[in-house]
Amino acid sequence: MSDRLHVGTRKGLFTYSRRAGRWSVERVGFLGDTVGLVHCDGRDHMLYASLELGHFGNKLRRSPDQGATFEDCGVPEYPPKPEGLVDLNPMQQKPIEWKLDKIWSLQSGNADQPGALWAGTIPGGLFVSNNHGTSWQIVSTLWNHPSRQKWFGGGAEKPGIHSVLVDPGNSRRITIGVSCGGVWHSDDGGETFRVTGNGIRAEYMPPEQALDPEIQDPHQVVQCRARPECFWVQHHNGIFKSTDGGASWQEIKDVKPSVFGFAVAVHPRDPDTAWFIPAVKDEKRYPFDGKVVVTRTRDGGKSFEILTKGLPQEHAYDLVYRHGLDIDAIGQRLVFGSTTGALFVSENQGDSWECLSSHLPPIYCVRFAV
Amino acid sequence: MARVVFTQNLQRHVECPPSTGEGQTVREVLDAVFAQNPRARSFVLDEHGALRNHMAVFVDGRLIRDRARQSDEVRADAEIYIMQALSGG
Repeated sequence: MSDRLHVGTRKGLFTYSRRAGRWSVERVGFLGDTVGLVHCDGRDHMLYASLELGHFGNKLRRSPDQGATFEDCGVPEYPPKPEGLVDLNPMQQKPIEWKLDKIWSLQSGNADQPGALWAGTIPGGLFVSNNHGTSWQIVSTLWNHPSRQKWFGGGAEKPGIHSVLVDPGNSRRITIGVSCGGVWHSDDGGETFRVTGNGIRAEYMPPEQALDPEIQDPHQVVQCRARPECFWVQHHNGIFKSTDGGASWQEIKDVKPSVFGFAVAVHPRDPDTAWFIPAVKDEKRYPFDGKVVVTRTRDGGKSFEILTKGLPQEHAYDLVYRHGLDIDAIGQRLVFGSTTGALFVSENQGDSWECLSSHLPPIYCVRFAV
Repeated sequence: MARVVFTQNLQRHVECPPSTGEGQTVREVLDAVFAQNPRARSFVLDEHGALRNHMAVFVDGRLIRDRARQSDEVRADAEIYIMQALSGG
């Protein structure tokens, strides 16, 4: 199990480590600055931190020593928009500027591609680096795909790629999740992309468009490492899963207390075991009845347990964002962090939870060190 | 040469002492200054060379007009202040 975890917050990067059975803060970095995303690379143990510096733009830093020291990386840069090109956000009919708004996901390639790193961004560009983030290239086949014109913002005003998954057994098989643009797959390392979504539906669209795969809002997409054909999606209006590589999706209904949420985690070896952190649905977004719970299925979504031990059960209004939940490499420990700065760890797959802090800054991302 | 002064708030991210640079326009002066201090460039300008959304540049007390290309002309001994716009937080 991983004895270290990194917490990206609105006001810095907090690293916790577990010694003699107790978790405590080992280090605080970038105090006062927004750390919107953290990524740990299992190949070389490099730690990446995405800084959102407001006036001064987005910066990416990497650390070879778990945050003791950092160095500059490159930042994904959009190409110039061709003169005269009309590229509108369809919901607002406003032009989309070809500029980096946010790095919303980072993912490593496999061991056969050392240095390969993927970045999903707002306003919808997918980027790849072949040198550990020193420099980036936009994946132009996706950026120039005609269907991108249908993408619109979900949560943010502009569309964005929040999930990038690399098949552990095939580095050329890439899956991405777009809010709002659906779930896309590449079988050739990003040279071509195709959308999937047969079975996913959107309540927020007119009925005749509800099944359009290119306007779906998958809040997060996760993939079972041992069974990469198995995916779970925490969608804007439900929970969906696929066991055939995305060819078809099944909706999991009637999950108490709610099917709304942002975060999902799947067990690395057992595709039938997954965790969700529910909230009252979209227009309210707080824990049902003010009780923070985690839901867990062990049978592929046929049934769910509501896990509460160690979690606040009255007047708790913690919301957990899409990168605010993580599971360790062996599938035993989980961690989640909330918008109200509470951080919880479970040593037993969610059966019980320990609150490490309820006073951190708003938490955007938690990641176990690997 | 024009003198360029950076907001104090930038100093904790990248060292930006007051600098001088030659040029007929704000952009030419900034290019000269960033040639000496390349790391500072991305904190002020975006990937296309436009002034970042919530940054402000004053030349002799006046805000520049051309935020995209910084083509505003400058006097040889102009004072250029690179500040944060309060709109950005």
